Amino acid sequence: MTCTDQIDEVWAALERVTDPEIDESVTKLEFITRVEVEAGSRVRIEFRLPTYWCAPNFAFLMASDMRDAVEELPWVEEVSVQLLDHFSATLINRSVGLKQNFRDAFPGETDGDLSQIRQSFLGKSYQRRQESLMRHALRSGIDASWLVRATLGELKELPLDQEGGSLRNLYVFAWRRIHIGSAEEQLAFTTVDGRPLSLGELKDYLRLVAGVRRTADFNGLICRGLLAARNVNIPGRRENALN
Amino acid sequence: MFTTKSKEKIFIVDAHVHLWDGSTENQKNIHGKQFIDCFYDYHHLSPKEYIWPFEKYQKYTEADFEKDVFGDGYVDVAIFNPQYLGDFYYNGSSNVERNEKFRQKHPDRIIANGWWDPRNGEPGLEQLEKDVEKYKWRGVKLYTAEWKGESKGWKLSDPWAYRYLERSKELGIKNIHVHKGPTITPLNKDAFDVGDVDDAASAFPELNFIVEHVGLPRLSDFTFIAAQEKNVYAGLSVAIALIHSRPRYFTEIISELLFWLGSDRILFGSDYALWVPKWIIDKFIALELPEDVASEIGQQLTLETKRKILGENAARLYNIDIAERSQKLGLTIPTKSKASGERLVAA
Repeated sequence: MTCTDQIDEVWAALERVTDPEIDESVTKLEFITRVEVEAGSRVRIEFRLPTYWCAPNFAFLMASDMRDAVEELPWVEEVSVQLLDHFSATLINRSVGLKQNFRDAFPGETDGDLSQIRQSFLGKSYQRRQESLMRHALRSGIDASWLVRATLGELKELPLDQEGGSLRNLYVFAWRRIHIGSAEEQLAFTTVDGRPLSLGELKDYLRLVAGVRRTADFNGLICRGLLAARNVNIPGRRENALN
Repeated sequence: MFTTKSKEKIFIVDAHVHLWDGSTENQKNIHGKQFIDCFYDYHHLSPKEYIWPFEKYQKYTEADFEKDVFGDGYVDVAIFNPQYLGDFYYNGSSNVERNEKFRQKHPDRIIANGWWDPRNGEPGLEQLEKDVEKYKWRGVKLYTAEWKGESKGWKLSDPWAYRYLERSKELGIKNIHVHKGPTITPLNKDAFDVGDVDDAASAFPELNFIVEHVGLPRLSDFTFIAAQEKNVYAGLSVAIALIHSRPRYFTEIISELLFWLGSDRILFGSDYALWVPKWIIDKFIALELPEDVASEIGQQLTLETKRKILGENAARLYNIDIAERSQKLGLTIPTKSKASGERLVAA
């Protein structure tokens, strides 16, 4: 395998890492500024966030997810993830390198670990993807009464166009992480707590979860705008990006 | 005063402006530099022709303010909502003395709010009393993400914050502007939480809580709280700056706010000098909700609603009689919106 192939593999692995709040890939958001492979097995990743003040817990989550995703590649022996230009970069970089948890990175400054926040954003990601898929299905002529009683298995069988198919893939991925261990016979569209939806409440429910999607989109827009402004003066910034 | 094509007059209150000093001489440390750098990034949401050189952006003059806000910017009354940031800047990012001096130059056009920080404990409460006596504050701006020594922030629901809110109430401070942006501590909780506004707003129903930047980046959490607490208001600054680069998107945001809060609890703010008010107001007046967005919330963004957002709502919170004030400023008295009873709220 050539070095270029390896770098491509690293980028592909990073594509699966999302910003927990925006629910979009860190590569699409253009957070990654550099990927290097040394001696055939050592990977160095550099990333940058839209502002110096981005919340350290999110930065920490992303950095450790990047490390974990890239470590899964069979040829990788060592991963170094470096957050640049952030007020807590030193602490985060050291802790992610040492595989510490967030509490160890900021002794005395946190009150618990990040599993709760991870769960909260997982729920938002589920709602956001669910709303997009349901609206797409309704637009394509699927009956609302079918949606509230369909099982996951039936949803997977539903004929959909290309866009619908990719929305479904995203949703099913989130569904499995939310309803861990649930079978295909379970309802496809429930609240994040697993409560079934009635036909009468569907419209209000969709409006409610639309707010979650808009928040994420809003954050994404601000985020891209700020990052674009921030990157204006970095020569060669785009050279390592995928497209 | 803004005059529409149909010759209607609209009284403008810009409920969020600054006279800041981010100059290199005023910076205490790297954070002072990073803070103003970050602001300058936000500034780039402006149309190209409105982008300032960085040096001017760091420290602009009182004359710049007069031209951009009162001159080109249509603004009749502007409200200072200062952020101190004493750990980053020698004289503060905003300085209440400087604001007050400027207010005295334009007593009918400037309202200079103050600030407090509950981490200043008992001496801070005494200081607050002296400040209110001296400056006659009717409102304060609270910056919960402000660093102070080891502390990287605080919450409105902290016991000391409650003592300060209680004292504010006694001293006649009615309007509590809270910056709810990306907070940074406690590192693993606050970052996605506007819940402390909920607690404080329930505990102090006599006070108005204006959530600046509508809880950005957590709009849905904010609307959820604001729908329940009638003394919670939406401060539009930052959100409204998207009207240029993402107009369609901004219509979704404003419709969301209209749906959950109604037209009486939304306040315009430019956040000058992050952005100048002129282009924001021009675009906001011209804005129409796309049909699908309007039908979803069952209402349009009418001129009536715009007039409330651009001035009448803030005027109500700060006891400004628009007709009287217009006369005093030598302006035509604008049309008044119909007195609205209960606003539209979600069933």
